[in-house]
Amino acid sequence: MKQILIALVEDKPGVLNRIASLFRRRNFNIESLVVGHSEVPGASRLTIVTDEEERLRRNIIRQNLLKLVNVIDVTDVTDLPCILREHALIKVQSAGATRGEIAALVDMYRGRIVDVGMESLVVEITGEPTKIESLIDVLATYGIIEIVRAGKVAITRGPQNPTDNGNLHLWKSSRGKASQDKARWKGMTV
Amino acid sequence: MKSAKKMLSGAEIVWESLIREGVEVVFGYPGGANLPIYDTLTAYRDKIKHVLVRHEQGAAHAADGYSRVSGKVGVVMATSGPGATNLITGIATAMMDSVPMVCITGQVAKTSLGADAFQETDITGATLPLTKHSYLVTHVEDLAETIREAFYIARTGRPGPVLIDIPKDIQAAQTEFEYPTEPIHLPGYHPPENATEEQVDEMVAMVNKARQPVLLVGHGVLMSDATKPLLKLMEIANIPASTTLLGIGAVPASHPLNLGMMGMHGTASANHAIQEADLLVACGMRFDDRVTGKLATYSPDSEKIHIDIDASELNKNIRVNLAINADLATVLEQVLPGLKNGNRKEWLDRIAAWKSDAEQRDAVNLESDTLMGAQVIKAIWEGTPDDTIIISDVGQHQMLEVQYYRHEQPHTLVTSGGLGTMGFSLPAAIGTSFHAKDKEIWVIAGDGSIQMNIQELGTAVQEGANINIAIINNGYLGMVRQWQQLFYEARYTETPISSPDYVKLAEAYGLTGLRIDRLDDIPAAMAQARKVKGPVLIDFVVEQHDMVYPMVPTGASLDEMIRRPHPDKEESKTA
Ligand SMILES: Cc1ncc(C[n+]2csc(CCOP(=O)(O)OP(=O)(O)O)c2C)c(N)n1
Repeated sequence: MKQILIALVEDKPGVLNRIASLFRRRNFNIESLVVGHSEVPGASRLTIVTDEEERLRRNIIRQNLLKLVNVIDVTDVTDLPCILREHALIKVQSAGATRGEIAALVDMYRGRIVDVGMESLVVEITGEPTKIESLIDVLATYGIIEIVRAGKVAITRGPQNPTDNGNLHLWKSSRGKASQDKARWKGMTV
Repeated sequence: MKSAKKMLSGAEIVWESLIREGVEVVFGYPGGANLPIYDTLTAYRDKIKHVLVRHEQGAAHAADGYSRVSGKVGVVMATSGPGATNLITGIATAMMDSVPMVCITGQVAKTSLGADAFQETDITGATLPLTKHSYLVTHVEDLAETIREAFYIARTGRPGPVLIDIPKDIQAAQTEFEYPTEPIHLPGYHPPENATEEQVDEMVAMVNKARQPVLLVGHGVLMSDATKPLLKLMEIANIPASTTLLGIGAVPASHPLNLGMMGMHGTASANHAIQEADLLVACGMRFDDRVTGKLATYSPDSEKIHIDIDASELNKNIRVNLAINADLATVLEQVLPGLKNGNRKEWLDRIAAWKSDAEQRDAVNLESDTLMGAQVIKAIWEGTPDDTIIISDVGQHQMLEVQYYRHEQPHTLVTSGGLGTMGFSLPAAIGTSFHAKDKEIWVIAGDGSIQMNIQELGTAVQEGANINIAIINNGYLGMVRQWQQLFYEARYTETPISSPDYVKLAEAYGLTGLRIDRLDDIPAAMAQARKVKGPVLIDFVVEQHDMVYPMVPTGASLDEMIRRPHPDKEESKTA
């Protein structure tokens, strides 16, 4: 099973560079990484999928991410009830005769045809990564010209936001103001 | 109270901020891209000292050495491009050994960034994996807060180097200055948790139950100021302790429960004890491959407790039964009340037997007729007070220092552990001399290592640094030669190395130089060195083919040591 991490990071220059560098340096494999805005202004949300199987190693990946100063929080949602989605655009060869056939297939997968040309069409699909794999397999028989996939994004089910634990809360409520619990730091003189 | 704020340039803000962070000394080198900073130094001379090194690597090591003995953040300055890249080895050294440091580099003007301007280097990019954090300042208004954050990050949690890259136009730009006083706001910088009550109880139970426990004492013990509770723990529960290279000094060498250093060139008693232990309590150390030997066979029968301030170290190399992410001193204090008085006679007797065997083997080494590195270091130990600071370099002499200089006090050994950076000792010693003004300071370096940053003799002379430089001159890159002898059929490829006449070199630089090749002459030379104010260099000409034993070959188990032959027995390997 893949590991799914959700990271909230400060929207500052170089943050993605730091994350990519960390994965490379520590020899962790990123399978997919998607970044975009979150519900909190100034914080970006990353969904990172790794191929790490082992529990202790997974925790080390998380702990290493947490060590980056611009990473606000990291939640491992691998074992939480989760919706994992991917978005893809697939350009398929299709000259007239196969168009109807393909349309029916795409419909079964709840995809859409978003562009039609003389010799090709573009299919748009959103879904679980396995569903996308499966559609690609099916379309391969017609000849695939080009694929673009947007990477995997995850959100947990239910009313809670498990990514919004203490740290994010602290951040939201205190942007630009005091927030560190000083007493917990030893040797700190500020 | 807006009117109270002063208008200052970025360059002035740098000095003002450093002074407010309590910085007394900065090690650096000027150049085109940090000229505004140097230009404004004149106004701050009475509050802050700048030490001009001879190579920026020297500045980084000097700040590192200063930090390791003072506990303060070391500060380094360099210009852009080659000045900044020259710092890299020093930054990596500090990073590996968790040394708090702030490096301030000049950068080409913001308007030229990305244009491959003269002396432009992406130094934040180049040092990204080697720093705890880094900043490229793009607005002069952010400068003071950035400097404050950098110091805070460098010295808190697991310390490390932080780099601040400041474009030249930001140094020149003016803004209102008021050093921020509100608590620092870093949402993604996570304080370590305290140990839970369950963790403390579990640790107490594990320690009380153990029959053959060993404490593993790392650099974290010194950094957390945990030597007192650690000694209490050892003495209440009667647990022997072994230190890592950087943990040396945390337990007095003469303490009966001190096993000495562990690992590749550790003591046989420490390595045997670790392998046969039923409990390891790892304190502020990170199970580096130089201390574990072959991971698969490391201390196979022990339960393991690991306490570290850095959560990402827990379960990284060695899987443990109890992992505690917290400040060490705090945890040890919490554990003490629950500890039972341990009677471990059987265990301690076995350890004593390993120790006495090792002493017999050592005797051979110390009774040689040609001068041996071991003899020199032992003589230096005998001739110096307990609070002497030793700065060792990297190689055989570094390991001999550990074996023959018996450190009784914390923070008396400064050495590059994690990175093993040759050339570290001389500049680091210059750094320590700005803190430990009333202490004896001795560099112990090999003839290879000293030549790697020999130019810093100039700095030592210019600053009148009160340091003694002992060169253990064996004519070889000795440690590499040792590996060639043991593992490459004695093919000494590119390890014989020539040296200048160090006495003449010392004279040329303007310091006192001595050459010694007889054991009996050492006390007199040391007495002479003590009389000299300022740096002294002593070239100790020693046996060329000496070996450091014991040695755990790479990939072997910790107890598969190559030993110095026993005087009464016919064997060179023991298990
Ligand atoms: C910068 C650097 N380059 C290379 C090495 C590899 N190395 C480790 S020990 C050593 C030999 C050190 O020779 P010397 O300083 O003469 O000390 P000795 O071992 O003879 O006591 C070398 C080359 C290193 N540690 N650091």
